[in-house]
Amino acid sequence: MGVITIDGRKVEFTDEKNLLTIIRKAGIDIPTLCYHSELSTFGACRLCMVEDDRGRMFASCSEEPRDGMVIRTNTERLRKYRKLIIELLLAAHCRDCLTCEKSGDCNLQTLAKRFGIMHVRFQNYKEQMPLDFSSPSIVRDPNKCILCGNCVRVCSELQGIEAINFANRGAEAMVMPAFDKPIGETDCVNCGQCRVFCPTGAISIHHNRTEVWNLLGDPDVRVIAQVAPAVRVAVGAAFGLPKGKSVMGKIANVLRRIGFDEVYDTTFGADLTIMEEASEFVGRVENGGALPLLTSCCPAWVKFVGDQYPDLIPNVSTCRSPQGMLSAVTKEYYRDPANNSDGRRTVMVSIMPCTAKKMEAKRPNSFTDGEQDTDYVLTTTELIDMIRTSGIDFADLEPEASDVPFGLGSGGGVIFGVSGGVTEAVLRRITEGHDQETLDRIAACGVREDEFIREFAVPYKDRELKICVVSGLADAGKVMDQVKSGEKHFDLIEVMACRRGCIMGGGQPRLAGDRTKAARRDGIYKADHSSVIRKCNENPTILSLYDGMLKGKEHRLLHNEKFCAE
Amino acid sequence: MNCEVTGMIRTREDLKKRTELANEVMASYDCRILVCSGTGCIASGSEKVYEEFMRIVGDTPGVTLEFGSHGPEAHLGVRKTGCQGVCELGPLVRIQKGDKVVQYTKVQPSDCQEIFNRTVMGDDVIESLLYKQKGVTYTSPDEIPFIAKQTRIVLENCGKYDSESLDEYLASGGFQAFQKALFEMKPEEIVDEVDRSGLRGRGGGGFPTGRKWKQVARQKEKERYVVCNGDEGDPGAFMDGSVMEGDPYKLIEGMMIAGYAVSSENGYIYVRAEYPMSVARLRHAIAELEDKGLLGDHILGTDFNFHMHINRGAGAFVCGEGSALTASIEGNRGMPRVKPPRTVEKGLWAKPTVLNNVETYANVPKIVLQGADWYRSIGTESSPGTKTFSLTGSIQNTGLIEVPMGTTLREIIFDIGGGMKDGGTFKAVQIGGPSGGCLTKDHLDVPLDFETVKKYGAIVGSGGLVVMDDSTCMVEVARFFMSFTQRESCGKCVPCREGTKRMLEILEKIVGGKGELEDLDRLEELATMVKNMSLCGLGKSAPLPVLSTLNTFRDEYIEHIVDKKCRAKVCTALRRFVINPEFCRGCGKCAKNCPVGAITGVRKECYHIDNDLCIKCSTCKDNCAFDAIYIEA
Amino acid sequence: MLEECYYKKADEIIAGYGKKPSSLIPIMQDIQAEYRYLPGELLTYVAKQIGISESKAYSVATFYENFSFEEKGKYVIKVCDGTACHVRKSAPILEAFQKELGLSAKKHTTDDMLFTVETVSCLGACGLAPTVMVNEEVHPKMTPESALELIHELRGDRND
Ligand SMILES: Cc1cc2nc3c(=O)[nH]c(=O)nc-3n(C[C@H](O)[C@H](O)[C@H](O)COP(=O)(O)O)c2cc1C
Ligand code: SF4
Ligand code: SF4
Ligand code: SF4
Ligand code: SF4
Ligand code: SF4
Ligand code: SF4
Ligand code: SF4
Ligand code: SF4
Ligand code: FES
Ligand code: FES
Ligand code: FES
Repeated sequence: MGVITIDGRKVEFTDEKNLLTIIRKAGIDIPTLCYHSELSTFGACRLCMVEDDRGRMFASCSEEPRDGMVIRTNTERLRKYRKLIIELLLAAHCRDCLTCEKSGDCNLQTLAKRFGIMHVRFQNYKEQMPLDFSSPSIVRDPNKCILCGNCVRVCSELQGIEAINFANRGAEAMVMPAFDKPIGETDCVNCGQCRVFCPTGAISIHHNRTEVWNLLGDPDVRVIAQVAPAVRVAVGAAFGLPKGKSVMGKIANVLRRIGFDEVYDTTFGADLTIMEEASEFVGRVENGGALPLLTSCCPAWVKFVGDQYPDLIPNVSTCRSPQGMLSAVTKEYYRDPANNSDGRRTVMVSIMPCTAKKMEAKRPNSFTDGEQDTDYVLTTTELIDMIRTSGIDFADLEPEASDVPFGLGSGGGVIFGVSGGVTEAVLRRITEGHDQETLDRIAACGVREDEFIREFAVPYKDRELKICVVSGLADAGKVMDQVKSGEKHFDLIEVMACRRGCIMGGGQPRLAGDRTKAARRDGIYKADHSSVIRKCNENPTILSLYDGMLKGKEHRLLHNEKFCAE
Repeated sequence: MNCEVTGMIRTREDLKKRTELANEVMASYDCRILVCSGTGCIASGSEKVYEEFMRIVGDTPGVTLEFGSHGPEAHLGVRKTGCQGVCELGPLVRIQKGDKVVQYTKVQPSDCQEIFNRTVMGDDVIESLLYKQKGVTYTSPDEIPFIAKQTRIVLENCGKYDSESLDEYLASGGFQAFQKALFEMKPEEIVDEVDRSGLRGRGGGGFPTGRKWKQVARQKEKERYVVCNGDEGDPGAFMDGSVMEGDPYKLIEGMMIAGYAVSSENGYIYVRAEYPMSVARLRHAIAELEDKGLLGDHILGTDFNFHMHINRGAGAFVCGEGSALTASIEGNRGMPRVKPPRTVEKGLWAKPTVLNNVETYANVPKIVLQGADWYRSIGTESSPGTKTFSLTGSIQNTGLIEVPMGTTLREIIFDIGGGMKDGGTFKAVQIGGPSGGCLTKDHLDVPLDFETVKKYGAIVGSGGLVVMDDSTCMVEVARFFMSFTQRESCGKCVPCREGTKRMLEILEKIVGGKGELEDLDRLEELATMVKNMSLCGLGKSAPLPVLSTLNTFRDEYIEHIVDKKCRAKVCTALRRFVINPEFCRGCGKCAKNCPVGAITGVRKECYHIDNDLCIKCSTCKDNCAFDAIYIEA
Repeated sequence: MLEECYYKKADEIIAGYGKKPSSLIPIMQDIQAEYRYLPGELLTYVAKQIGISESKAYSVATFYENFSFEEKGKYVIKVCDGTACHVRKSAPILEAFQKELGLSAKKHTTDDMLFTVETVSCLGACGLAPTVMVNEEVHPKMTPESALELIHELRGDRND
């Protein structure tokens, strides 16, 4: 509590943990490259330095606010030094912005522009390194790394994995996996969070735009899209629409325009997942199966269990993910000649907030009868790129409905996009009644709290179900340790690898601050609220599917024969 | 060894008895042969000298190394001691009979028998082995000007006792301070005393030690650590190493007092990788103290528990920085972290930590024993006490010295150091190592203390003093320090990682003869930015040698750039090889040997060197039978 | 794959320091002392044993100058280039070693695995500058000539 004088203006503060936050709150966008509120303070870029009334300079990201401080954020010295720092970074950087995946979305580029660097006086001394394409999810370009350490801290502090780290020191320092192995050969779970926090093109999405464009132009192929819940609340902002607003209707429209034959909704897959997972859960609870049941819809989490907690594999639900279920069912549907009169090959392109889904699609258990169910996964970011390529004025498009038969999902399917959504949908499934009051009661049981680890209990028949909802793998690891040691007992644990769930997935548009985070979440809950159908078992298509095509094939199409993490 | 009294030291009474016995043993020697066994003297072969004395003593009837075997025998002690500070004269041997000490220098195993016969058994001195300076021969070490002009507190025991014997330490007054602290003082009183003494950190920063201890003592967290910084990174300084090697018990005693004062139960010493001997001596000392019960739980029957641990560095200068050092002990990369939180709040294992330098701790026992007022009587008002310096470079007497704070450079260089080597002209002294700066002849009478030196753009630092004469190129010196800090930058923050790299590039360009005048502006621009914006002290101080030489010796920089000339003839690329027609006989040998064909000429006439082709390999000069080739600056 | 005995040795060393993350550096130091280098497989093994990630262990190992994943020669020659030695002309000594052994700033170890030449900043014997350390032994007051003599002496050493 107190008052700080920033550039001559008095600014009040309360419990902000550092000076930087206060400066930002005062409306000054002080430059940073290595600070992130969710990570530990690293203090490496030195761009956030400020000067006090005695001319002392210090980094605002690591300075404790003190009442009565007098600081300046934009003196001539500071401008000069910051500019030189950026110039030095650029000097040791491969500056091919025009062909860089992150161009337009790159913090370094933005700062270079902001500080008016028109000329770099030093030669790049760094040896050019090959790019690492080994992961289906992310691409590492060491030549663009500025050693801010964000990725290292995300991977270790939020995800508890440490697939990448600093190596060497001084001017030779680099970020890489142990022994500079290809990232695809490490314990990396493909979550893509490092890419979200990376301020440059050093980590970017392993994109599949080219393959998909090629398919879209092939008349012999039926290209089907499925669109995940979290995608619809993240696309609009890129085209000037309000943050977090669901634009599923516009997405359906644009996808058709750029050549997709059918547009389905992953929400439908999510409904299938709830049907299966809820009965698996009830079955395990009532018949004494392995508990806690661990959810299986996040592939990054599934891989994490396989790598770090192999003894918990039996606890993982055998359900495929919504993407997997919808792809398998779609492919099966078009295997029936009655549905495929023109004899075209069917290709499923799923549009996901997630880089890990790219890996999931290639997992052996994502194949049915030897055929890959999901052919390509595009992230939200890639979809935005493709819309831009097409030149279509997205903001102006009329909303359209998705296609039958798999274009309609329940509100319970939509909330898969946020952490806690799977659990909430399962609770809806196993609870009688669908009136708003019942739904509100479920929503208030603790499943929507703000913490990254939420523990709560709900009554079920004559007992209580103990539930834990976690997002972020480092926290998931903590919970798993407590479960293993017997310190905690749960019946169901939902884990999403990305903090806050898929709305903040590794494939979503970057540079999402607190407001965007909140807006995406609200957007999901709004979409649920405005759905006609709120529960999966009230979705007529689902019911008819179970009665028809799925009969006797539930296991083959909706479950995994065998645990498989990658 | 012979005089050890076995058994645990469980109470103060035990310790008293043990000390009495140690004193008795010490008094009983008819003669002690003290062989310097610091890193320097061992490198010169003192181990062999020691063995030779042991052999001679063993083979001589009528002498014994055993205490108390009363008989007609003479009781002798052959002891290995720590560095005496004049390693250049090693191997050093002191023959001590009561108060009478004879100091021999450059002793070879072949000299031992004679020393034994004439000085140990007889009362004669061997003139040829004595120290000589300016025509004067010195017998006793305390008369040698180099030593006589020093004030030794930290180094007082070095060279006088066996650094591997607790008993010898006890006999020299060891653990008196600790007893006093433990039994007669409250922890707060100790902290107060240290605070009042004005002792300031000797690791470079000069931070008041008492204040640091107070801050730790004040923390809520109960678990605390005492850490000793023995990383001694300054390349060219070896004071801390000498203390760890030569007086390990004193360092440990200082840390134990600190532990008691701030209620810590664990002490860590972080020793730099290149000091295997320090590690060995400290390990030995710790093992012996543990064995006797002076380290461990319930020390001397009190509730005070203290355990010591040693960590070896693994080759990273930056680990001398406090937060990097604790990170390294914890098993991490030695990358400094942002502050706050400071080490006193969250240091090792994120617990409150007292981190001090070796020399700082080594001052503590004396302060506790003799009091703050006594300590304040030495040195200056703002910087009390003494400071050790490592005196190197173009000076007559190199070595380790300890002088009161506030001593002038002139006293150090000319009185203690014996003046310039080979009659050279004093040009500058680099003080504070790679984090320091240059002082010139204008500063010869400036008192060396923390504030004053800082005022002139240098720092006292850890105490490296490199004396330079006209044969030193200041631009090259700046390049040398820059290349050191650049290599040692941890690479975390941009100013230091990228800035030092570019500064080094520019300096290399200048000494390589390719400098341009605008490079100087760039250099200054980079230097001020790196100094102000870096995360830790390494980056903050890395530009100091450059800024300081740019300030004082700018003309040399300009000469390198504009005239392509190095007046000290150090910068290879700027050398010009020239043939003196007066001496050249036209034999053609040089032309034949030149690897790049830069030399042409006609036989029997003076040859000519084309300096644009010449790669400055010096082959021609080295091989000319008539010394006709010389280097022109 | 390394032979079994390497892992046995590692187990012994690990046991001496305890299976905790802070044991990493001393364990690596002892392994390096044993084999004169740090076999990569052992690093991975140690990381697992003491409960840290492989990338962390690699990160720490590559931070410190003393760890090397490449085998070093029988004689590791460290030429001091600390300030005291530098001003007393240590550079020509390094050159002499490198020239005699066909080494360079990039290539540190001779093909016959007899010599490794490195530089070091201060060995703590500055009074005897310039100095050189061979394994753990410090050689004082070196000159380019005595450097060559030293090599001959060490080479002869191998034959007896
Ligand atoms: C790059 C760097 C290297 C340092 N090296 C040493 C060192 O080798 N020994 C030392 O005692 N202090 C060193 N210091 C200073 C320490 O950070 C710390 O201030 C000191 O050990 C505190 O002890 P003192 O108060 O007793 O001096 C270094 C500081 C920096 C920034
Ligand atoms: S990372 Fe940024 S600055 Fe670098 S090339 Fe890519 S867009 Fe340009
Ligand atoms: S910004 Fe300039 S350089 Fe870059 S693409 Fe456009 S025209 Fe070319
Ligand atoms: S994708 Fe996730 S697991 Fe892989 S390196 Fe990045 S943050 Fe770590
Ligand atoms: S890869 Fe990106 S996030 Fe990681 S250190 Fe480099 S620039 Fe920073
Ligand atoms: S939380 Fe969602 S976006 Fe993140 S890895 Fe899991 S499935 Fe993908
Ligand atoms: S100043 Fe240099 S050594 Fe210190 S943190 Fe920055 S890069 Fe590392
Ligand atoms: S070797 Fe000497 S004497 Fe012979 S030509 Fe050359 S300079 Fe002249
Ligand atoms: S110094 Fe070397 S290159 Fe130059 S002239 Fe003499 S032999 Fe030729
Ligand atoms: S944001 Fe503060 S140093 Fe990078
Ligand atoms: S080692 Fe003997 S005087 Fe220094
Ligand atoms: S500088 Fe070479 S031993 Fe100290």
